[in-house]
Amino acid sequence: MMRKGLAGQRLVAVFLAGVLLFDFPLLSLFDRPLRVWGVPLLHFYVFVVWAALILVIAWIAERGAR
Amino acid sequence: MLPGWLIVAASFSYLLVLFAVAYFGDRRADQGRSIISNAWTYALSIAVYCTAWTYFGSVGRAASGGIWFLPTYLGPTLAMSLAWLVVLKMIRIARTHRITSIADFVASRYGKSHLLGGLVTIIAVVGTVPYIALQLKAISSGYGLLVGELGALRDGEGAVDSGWWTDGTLYIALTLALFTILFGTRHLDTTERHEGMVAAIAFESVVKLLAFLAVGIYVTFVLYDGFGDLYARAVAEPDLAGVLVFDGTGSIGYGGWFAHVVLAGLAVIFLPRQFQIMVVENVNEQHLRRATWLFPAYLLAINIFVIPIALGGLLHFGRGTVDPDTFVLTLPLAHDQAALALLVFVGGLSAATGMVIVEAIALSTMVCNDLVMPMLLHVRRFGLAARRDLTGLLLGIRRGAIVVVLLLGYLYFRLAGEAYALVSIGLISFAAVAQFAPAVLGGMYWRGGTREGALAGLSAGFAVWAYTLLLPSFAKSGWLARDFLDAGPFGIGLLMPEQLFGLGGIDNVSHALFWSLLANIGCYLGVSLLRAPTGQEASQGTLFVDIFRRGESVPTSFWRAGAEVRELLPLVARFLGERRTRDAFAAYARSHGLSGIDQLKADPELVHFAETLLAGAIGSASARVMVSTVVKEEPLGLDEVMNILDEASQVRAYSHQLEEKSRALEAATAELRAANEQLKELDRLKDDFMSSVTHELRTPLTSIRALSEMMVDDPDIDIDSRQRFLGIIVSETERLSRLVNQVLDLAKIESGHAEWHNTDLDMRELVQHAVETTAQLMRDRGAIVELALPDAVPSLRADRDRLLQVVLNLLSNAAKFVPVPGGKVWVSLGCDGERIRVDVRDNGPGIPPAQQGVVFEKFRQGGDSLSRPQGTGLGLPISRQIVEHFGGRLWLESTPGEGATFSFELPLASAAADQ
Repeated sequence: MMRKGLAGQRLVAVFLAGVLLFDFPLLSLFDRPLRVWGVPLLHFYVFVVWAALILVIAWIAERGAR
Repeated sequence: MLPGWLIVAASFSYLLVLFAVAYFGDRRADQGRSIISNAWTYALSIAVYCTAWTYFGSVGRAASGGIWFLPTYLGPTLAMSLAWLVVLKMIRIARTHRITSIADFVASRYGKSHLLGGLVTIIAVVGTVPYIALQLKAISSGYGLLVGELGALRDGEGAVDSGWWTDGTLYIALTLALFTILFGTRHLDTTERHEGMVAAIAFESVVKLLAFLAVGIYVTFVLYDGFGDLYARAVAEPDLAGVLVFDGTGSIGYGGWFAHVVLAGLAVIFLPRQFQIMVVENVNEQHLRRATWLFPAYLLAINIFVIPIALGGLLHFGRGTVDPDTFVLTLPLAHDQAALALLVFVGGLSAATGMVIVEAIALSTMVCNDLVMPMLLHVRRFGLAARRDLTGLLLGIRRGAIVVVLLLGYLYFRLAGEAYALVSIGLISFAAVAQFAPAVLGGMYWRGGTREGALAGLSAGFAVWAYTLLLPSFAKSGWLARDFLDAGPFGIGLLMPEQLFGLGGIDNVSHALFWSLLANIGCYLGVSLLRAPTGQEASQGTLFVDIFRRGESVPTSFWRAGAEVRELLPLVARFLGERRTRDAFAAYARSHGLSGIDQLKADPELVHFAETLLAGAIGSASARVMVSTVVKEEPLGLDEVMNILDEASQVRAYSHQLEEKSRALEAATAELRAANEQLKELDRLKDDFMSSVTHELRTPLTSIRALSEMMVDDPDIDIDSRQRFLGIIVSETERLSRLVNQVLDLAKIESGHAEWHNTDLDMRELVQHAVETTAQLMRDRGAIVELALPDAVPSLRADRDRLLQVVLNLLSNAAKFVPVPGGKVWVSLGCDGERIRVDVRDNGPGIPPAQQGVVFEKFRQGGDSLSRPQGTGLGLPISRQIVEHFGGRLWLESTPGEGATFSFELPLASAAADQ
């Protein structure tokens, strides 16, 4: 059962990390007039963190399935 | 521009495909080969979250506020990371209790309350019907864009100014109603799952994603040269600078961002359509595992091209000429990509129809089970009871509810038009369903919530939501006087709806979310804590909170028996239909090892089963009411109470007896154990005695044998030696017979078989006789005996020979230990009126304290083995036995080096004397 185990705790940790990464004050650090490969840093940051979170959740969820 | 007929044909062809997919899904479900029973379909169907609001609105939001369209999708991503903890619990609860809507969930949790179910239904309807209207509007304006002229639509005025009967949107709405009725209410199912509908929704999710990606790729890579090119051009436009930073418009701030994330996170779980798809339509709990990441990945994919399309539209049209909400359509149209525009329109259609279909099913289930059925039960209980088959009525109510919900949506769309109230309904709707969160989450993790608490919380939250968000949206639409908004009701500034109690500086949605959730949670907790939960609330609370701990076991029933199977079966059949009910009951009977329905007994478990079956069809609160019509919930009568008390006291009496018995047994066990120990000890003593006796016998035997053999072997042995040997043999033989006599003596005394010849005797004469008897022995040892006799002692009744044996034994012992020469033995006799005492003292080496106890044991002689004189080792034990037989005692006092004193005393009136 994945619910009570390590995976559950990992998911909660990911949730907390996501809340931190997507909100003030961490978010404000990236609101700068810089561009990464032409993309504004803010947009780049949000989408990259978002994708990373999804990857981590996928890793946890699919690992637990084994 | 496209001809209207083409668009209509494409739209209806698409809907026909949808019908086909749904029909195929239902066919396969009936055959038991479900096409939706896989995690991918499940995750895709959850993407019903992305409506036309996402499809068209995200670009519009991005065009005005940059990344501010994102909280609506970041919130669900975060919420889904916890789905395996929260949503899984909801799924398990819903499956166990046959819960088919969020209203039923709340009602069931707080004691199956009709009132709560009704309230949740009303909030859901008020909060989401305008949302349906928004979808219809999206379809309508999309159609208008495709057929009309760009310029006519720039400020969004709808192209529909002819009569309502010519409005294609109405026909779309009616077609959707037909679809929903066909695939949403095909039959009454106890689980309320609609496989065909889910298959169609998953298909729609694919269509809208592909269409959106198509236009995104077209804009980004065909019209422009990739992301970098778009951004480079945007940076060059000072007009677009606000899109590229966090808060270009500078009005909402990070607090508002956080509030929007929270709001969307709650909405993705508590929107009626999300609950329907994620919880009710879930086929297998394991599918949720993949959905936790696949659905967020879908959201990410559908949002990648939002900013590029917004930038492309702004670069192409400039600000203020074309509504940014329509960029996905107008950009392809402006570049004469009619086919792409049509594809995008179909994508938008799929986003809108998916939402409308699921929302209509969810709302119709709620309206039927939690609003109409309770009213019918309440108003015409007897009318309902009289009708045999209610399945038709139930389906009729559902179908009616679907049509009404869709027509309400259409009506709102016609009335509101371009009003603010419609445009902003997305977040307003989210805020409405967020009010369910405290009651649902609280109910899942806290046992203390009560019906009044949930009612108070929901009412307060709903009221504050209406006052701070819904009414202002009406005022901004011009339907209410604006001064209510700007100056507060009756001019009271503190009550201004968007700055309640003077709270300013945050946007209206965050403001409303804060106040409504504050009121909601505050009332829910506060009122719940006013009283302890009732029995039913507590039992439901435990069932919900501990759902994972209970496993698959049947929950304990609320009902105490008193139903008949022949009453229960028809009751359920009236709502579910005869065949389905018989199937369900037969399956139940089989699972309990019975051969058929006839063998079922109406125990509480069966009543619970029937209630759960009904709950799936008409909601838990109504099911409770219906079951209560045939189940007599017997109150506990006085007799029953007395019986229970009687049983209890009997049981207590039995247990008391048992306790006593067990105590007695314990005592007996202890006695037996002690006796056993004693026996073991005696056995050991017997063994010791036997080995000692045999040892003592062997010593003289050995010497007799050795001497005899010498004389036999050597006939030439001289006469003197022969004489000496014979003397030794005689003395050894005497010793041997003495030993045997003593052993026999001791055995007799110990076993109580000895013969005692009691006579009245004078101890003076006895002691004197003993001293005279041993006089020769003393002379041989060179010892002097001093005798101290009183003039007269009272006569004693005892066995003379035995007592003489004792005194002789003491005297011969003394003679053995006195030093040679110079030995002295003192013998004294005394009488204190009650006892006669004899002391025999010598001036020998004495007995060390460690040995003083030992000398009275059999075969244990004093002194070390070298200086030990000859003796059997039985004299003292026998003497002690004799003295004790007459009620006296024999003891020893000695200081090493100063001789030893053996004393015995005998009572004058001995109890044993007459034996």
